[in-house]
Amino acid sequence: MNSDDESTVAVTFRLNGVDGTHRVQPRTHLVDFLRDSQGLVGTRAGCEHGVCGACTVRIDGAIARGCLVLPAQLEGADVWTIEGLDGTGELKELQEAFHQCNAVQCGFCTSGMLVTASQLVVESSGDTPPDRAQIREYMSGNLCRCTGYQSIIDAVKLALRAKGNTSHD
Amino acid sequence: MKAPGFKYFKPAALDEALHFLHKHGDAARVLAGGQSLLATLNLRLSAPDWLVDISGISLRGITCHGDTVRIGATTTHRDIERSAVVHERLPLLALAVPHIAHQAIRSRGTLGGSLALADPAAEWPAVVLALNAAIEIRSLEGSRTVMAEDYFKGLYETDLQAGEILTGIAFKCCSDGDRHYFRELSRRNGDYASAGIAAVRSGGQVRFVLFGVGVMPLLYKADASEALPDMSARFHSALESMEIVGDLFFSAASKRKLARELFERACIELGKVID
Repeated sequence: MNSDDESTVAVTFRLNGVDGTHRVQPRTHLVDFLRDSQGLVGTRAGCEHGVCGACTVRIDGAIARGCLVLPAQLEGADVWTIEGLDGTGELKELQEAFHQCNAVQCGFCTSGMLVTASQLVVESSGDTPPDRAQIREYMSGNLCRCTGYQSIIDAVKLALRAKGNTSHD
Repeated sequence: MKAPGFKYFKPAALDEALHFLHKHGDAARVLAGGQSLLATLNLRLSAPDWLVDISGISLRGITCHGDTVRIGATTTHRDIERSAVVHERLPLLALAVPHIAHQAIRSRGTLGGSLALADPAAEWPAVVLALNAAIEIRSLEGSRTVMAEDYFKGLYETDLQAGEILTGIAFKCCSDGDRHYFRELSRRNGDYASAGIAAVRSGGQVRFVLFGVGVMPLLYKADASEALPDMSARFHSALESMEIVGDLFFSAASKRKLARELFERACIELGKVID
């Protein structure tokens, strides 16, 4: 996984459930690797410095910014993108709720919103379901430039309720 | 934007990393979680020849020894957020950690990385200064410890020298009766602070650290037995001589105003138990 010459490193990790070895330039960040090398264009490149959340992916069970991770760092990692999570059916309730609540305007932020919200669903399956304020806080790392926040929070809340783990405030 | 080109090296052991840094000097930068460094590379504020990824070195973890809690440099913000030891023994860290960016950044960003970069608006530098934690540093010449009060030197400047790696931070556990306060004002939850304060009252002393208002976190000490109006008046006068700098959104004058407000709030919170 070290640079064997100036141009590329070889790195082996699991992407959407499939193990693979990839040769990448160290400078390439994960979102560009996903979009340009893998054709996984659901992960969006927005601000490219960690602010907007459009490039959110799941790495080793936690969400991460695709623009602040290098594939070169991912030896042995387990990476999931919006495409992979969609394929598992994990996003079903969230997708339906986003549709039902009109939580999509231009759609640019939507995949990042869904990946972040999916993590909240995973993490809130315990005894203390998140209330609306906690959902807002959790989603605050994802910007919607159309400013459609209220309906996005509505949708996440609806999906959590469909999963049976939100408080009824 | 995209990062400029660089080469990547991932050592398996600390000695290997130290030899590499010694050999390459300023041409190499240490990469831990990358949540600040990769952003600065994408913005082309920095252009090292090499990134030395220390995530393969075992520097991650939270351990208790007597009345000390040691946190390894590559321990993530999320590790700290989820640590029962931190919640029980280092409450100021537990108060601060939800303010650090967002889940997607807390999952990878590290305590050591934050302190090595020393962003003046970041939470951890203020917290370690408020608690005067011991910062452990290694180089080929050996190891040394710097107290937080001697560590921060200026804008993104610390006591960390070329060829050195910050390996961990040792905190003294809070004692019964210690009180803590943490508050920051930012334009959005999780953004860098426009102004913030970390404060701890321990024994007869209160330590206040302002952050996001100067070129580095600013420590102000007060006598806990002092009446609150006197404490405020003394702080206002001290604030006049502190170097407060504005940013894109707030002038230095506005930041002074925010600092006074945060100080008042901290005093009230801590004052409830002082009285």
